[in-house]
Amino acid sequence: MATITRPLAGQERAAELNVLVRKQRSLWQDAMYRLVRNKAAMVGLGVIILAGLMAIFAPFIAPYSPTAIPNAANPTINADPFWTGTKYVDPRYLFGTDEIGRDILTRLIYSARVSMIIGFVPVALIFLIGVSVGMVAGYAGGWTDQLLMRITDVVYAFPDLLFLLIIMATLRGTDIGKFGGGLPLMFVGIAIVNWVGMARLLRGQVLSLKEKEFVEAARCVGATPIRILVRHLFPNAIAPAIVAVSFAIPSAMLTEATLSFLGIGVIPPTPTWGVMINDGFVVFSTSPWPVLLPAFCIAIVMLSFTFLGDGLRDALDPRMKI
Amino acid sequence: MLSYVIRRVLLMIPTLFFVAFITFVLAHSAPGSPFDKNQNRPLPEATIERLNRLYGIDQPIQNQFVLYLNNLVHLDLGSSLVKDRTVADIIGSEFPVSAQLGLQALFIALAIALPLGIVSALKQNTGIDYASLLFATIGTTIPAFVIAIFAIFLFGVNLRWFPFIGWGNGCGPLPSCDLKRMAMPTVILSLGAMAFLTRITRASMLEAIRQDYVRTARSKGLREQVVIVGHVVKNAMIPVATIIGPATAGLITGSFIIEWMFNVPGLGREFVLSINRRDYPLIMGVYMLYATLIVIANLTVDIVYGWIDPRIKLGR
Repeated sequence: MATITRPLAGQERAAELNVLVRKQRSLWQDAMYRLVRNKAAMVGLGVIILAGLMAIFAPFIAPYSPTAIPNAANPTINADPFWTGTKYVDPRYLFGTDEIGRDILTRLIYSARVSMIIGFVPVALIFLIGVSVGMVAGYAGGWTDQLLMRITDVVYAFPDLLFLLIIMATLRGTDIGKFGGGLPLMFVGIAIVNWVGMARLLRGQVLSLKEKEFVEAARCVGATPIRILVRHLFPNAIAPAIVAVSFAIPSAMLTEATLSFLGIGVIPPTPTWGVMINDGFVVFSTSPWPVLLPAFCIAIVMLSFTFLGDGLRDALDPRMKI
Repeated sequence: MLSYVIRRVLLMIPTLFFVAFITFVLAHSAPGSPFDKNQNRPLPEATIERLNRLYGIDQPIQNQFVLYLNNLVHLDLGSSLVKDRTVADIIGSEFPVSAQLGLQALFIALAIALPLGIVSALKQNTGIDYASLLFATIGTTIPAFVIAIFAIFLFGVNLRWFPFIGWGNGCGPLPSCDLKRMAMPTVILSLGAMAFLTRITRASMLEAIRQDYVRTARSKGLREQVVIVGHVVKNAMIPVATIIGPATAGLITGSFIIEWMFNVPGLGREFVLSINRRDYPLIMGVYMLYATLIVIANLTVDIVYGWIDPRIKLGR
């Protein structure tokens, strides 16, 4: 007499057959597992989260105003940070003050805000434009693709920092440039010079993926091109784009820092690490701390993003090189 | 090959035209006119009219663009608004300093990065490999101006090993130069390219070592040295050569910041100063020069790439 048994799930069947099976994991869970085990990447992520929290809660943790001079009637100028132990240490200002008496700790904290915004807004633009244009061009082929490739050729020929320098230098004095402390202009500038890289990356991915069997299968059962792009190609093509994003964020932040350091980035008195270095650089050899501290912040954040980016790359695609 | 070279050279023309067009449009959208500098002592109407006619500013904008292009082709970049010199004159006297700085930095970067990358690949996962990877990571991650700040603080201000202002003027051949003064700007400018090249060399060597032809070379009994030099390194250098183009671009843009920080009297410093002074003709002239240089560098690398690696089919 035959009994009908229900199909067993993996674990139970394994118990029945007396073998061990590993818990099944999706590609993303697998990547997550590899990422979490990467110590450098986790330290980087920790620092980035910390900086993010610092940026969000800046008004609550910063002791003073970022732009006003505390005790303006009788300001304390160029106070040293507490660990130097010189006679210029002022206990009211833990990290010292700058050349017009503003609290450095406060300005460092508020600077994280601009860095985070510059890291995320233009990169979101780059991602949106680059992914959609790249995928459509790769999938459609023909003249759409040709047009895109010619545009990317020309934009690639522009050295990006040089192009941004020229945009900022000429448009900074106009109403567009002054709008929002110079930030929107920088967003657009960074997005314009960088979206082509993302588009090329996605185009290449889609070009190789669209000949694969799973796409053919989807087409056979009558999936629309939009559905194929969104449901089938996008999830498979996205891993390198995520890695590219993790490197685009610090590079956007660095662009802001460099432009502000050269005096054509964010318009003072809004504090950013680049602006702070620019402010203090003239008197650097006599009072180094107002310059050293923001430089240190830039270095730490850049390293954190590199560690995280390297970790993501190793986790998402172990075959990728360099 | 020849048709490829010709096609690539011809493709430079639309690119440079586009660069010139963008530069022109941007310069036009910049606020103010060259002749309204002093608000307290405005120029008489008639004078402004004459100046506008002299410089062609009274013409319709498309004519101005044609005039601009015509001048560019004749290497007439106009005059500085701040200094009493032509842009071409300023470039002529200051570009050599920048070129020297850049070439020295490129040389140092190559001289250190190539051996370091090769050795670290040959001794993979040893102390020297980890050290060079650490150097490569830090050097590509931390921007030059931040490293310069730390270096000035440590070697310039605290230890007083190196002077950190200026370039030492009017030196001819290298030994007569103020080498100590040149050391910091040159080395710091080279670091980014050096780290990047180290990384690429190492990765490319590791790729080459695992190739079948290397196994073949070993199995036919070649000495290890011959295998490494003749087969591995030779093939590993191909990708490295392509990086020299972007590295040159990096050195050029890096030189603005380094020259400005160390007060090196080159074109990069002049460029940053002219941006802050809104000296538009100078900004445009230097920009066109650097954009052209970078386009030529990339083109040269692409052509050399096809020449050193016969497997690459150019101009299909």
